Amino acid sequence: MNLAASWYCFKGILIREFLRFIQQRSRFLSALVRPLLWLIVFAAGFRAALGIAIIEPYETYITYETYIAPGLCCMILLFNGMQSSLSMVYDREMGSMRVLLMSPLPRPYLLLCKMVATALISLTQVYAFLLIALLVEVEPPLIGYLTVLPALLLVALLLSSLGLLLSTKIKQLENFAGVMNFVIFPMFFLSSALYPLWKMQESSEWLYWICTVNPFTYAVELVRYALYAELQTEAMLITMIATVVFSLLAVTGFNPKKSGR
Amino acid sequence: MTITATSLSFSYGPKQALNDVNFTLEKGQFHALLGPNGAGKSTLFALITRLIALQNGDIKIDQQSIKSQPASAMKRIGVVFQQSTLDLDLTVQQNLLYHASLHGITTSTAKSRIKHELTRMEMMDRANEKIRSLNGGHRRRVEIARALLHEPDILLLDEPTVGLDPQTRRSLNTYVRKLCSEQNLTVLWATHLMEEIELTDPVILLHQGSVLINALASALVEQSGYQNLTDAFHHLTEKDNLGVNR
Repeated sequence: MNLAASWYCFKGILIREFLRFIQQRSRFLSALVRPLLWLIVFAAGFRAALGIAIIEPYETYITYETYIAPGLCCMILLFNGMQSSLSMVYDREMGSMRVLLMSPLPRPYLLLCKMVATALISLTQVYAFLLIALLVEVEPPLIGYLTVLPALLLVALLLSSLGLLLSTKIKQLENFAGVMNFVIFPMFFLSSALYPLWKMQESSEWLYWICTVNPFTYAVELVRYALYAELQTEAMLITMIATVVFSLLAVTGFNPKKSGR
Repeated sequence: MTITATSLSFSYGPKQALNDVNFTLEKGQFHALLGPNGAGKSTLFALITRLIALQNGDIKIDQQSIKSQPASAMKRIGVVFQQSTLDLDLTVQQNLLYHASLHGITTSTAKSRIKHELTRMEMMDRANEKIRSLNGGHRRRVEIARALLHEPDILLLDEPTVGLDPQTRRSLNTYVRKLCSEQNLTVLWATHLMEEIELTDPVILLHQGSVLINALASALVEQSGYQNLTDAFHHLTEKDNLGVNR
């Protein structure tokens, strides 16, 4: 594979994704409104109901807003991953996926470029969210904004690859509503995004067990620690393994031998 | 650059889309692929462009199988699909640059080729307009320009004039014929409109997934016993008149 050609290809895919992204400003805003509603409205109502004890990586008592901020960062990445999945299905319907697949470069590489491009676009939204979160006193250390970057990128790749995997399985657009109900919401609620897992364990042992096998939990914890300049090795390894597995499955799913259309 | 299809069969589950299809496309020649809707034309295009994998048989480009040399095959083929594959919210230039980058072409080379192709199609002044603002004929021109950006030897067009008015259809057809003779392009033009075919064109007539006729258009008319191509086509596809293959 020619290195220069591969680079131009990646650059082209990234520019296209970026151009599509800025064309759809409403998408950018809606991606921000959702987590901000949770952060400002939901957290305000819940902070009284839910006291958070001192837990790692925090050094003192924290507000509920501070607790859910990493989960909401991951929520942006989760919705973007799924929205990219929707766009891939749409692309397949409209045929622009065909343009991508007509490239002479290897298909796994093309799909990887698409995932990385989606991930990079998502990061801009997460940083915009973190900036606004400063207004409600979610104030991680300055270095945290830097150390969280690789964690966010890995999580974005995890969720992009999951999105891609789903797009290979969903042939009709109308099934995306099902993805929302059966993938996005369960993944988000059955994780440590909104409440620490020990709280969940107090309520239900089997729900706690589901949370512990949900890769999204580890994605949230990876981001939570990284935002405070700490590395959670277990979370990183599990997120990495899940990313590799989802990516491989997604790429195999795009194998034309399995395409019936 | 010749394309040879040998014993090509393909089925979607129990539905047989192509059945033992054989043909050769000669270098620098305009070939018409005729067939009513559902004859298997789009499946054939998807197989040549590797959007779906070969099940039975083989397709060779200058003796190289697309199975063993997929990258080199993709470099040599330019395609205009039946349904538009342009990004409506991006400009003409942005769409073309995207395609060029997928083929590993540098931005400066891509820009000069885009200028060349768009000027040739009298579309250069529309380069910065969004696709959404173009009419159907102009969108098709952009798609043809895009298919030629990586300088392929083979141009495949799957019913490129669907939904266009007769005048635009004629001008696109004339333009592609000109390309074919000037650049020695091998062209496969799928259609079900007889007025797009000239009597000197080699014609592959697909019907229900099989090649019904593979001959010059004039021979097709002659063999059918009808006065013109339209009547001959309707006669041949309404009744299964097998056994007239070249």
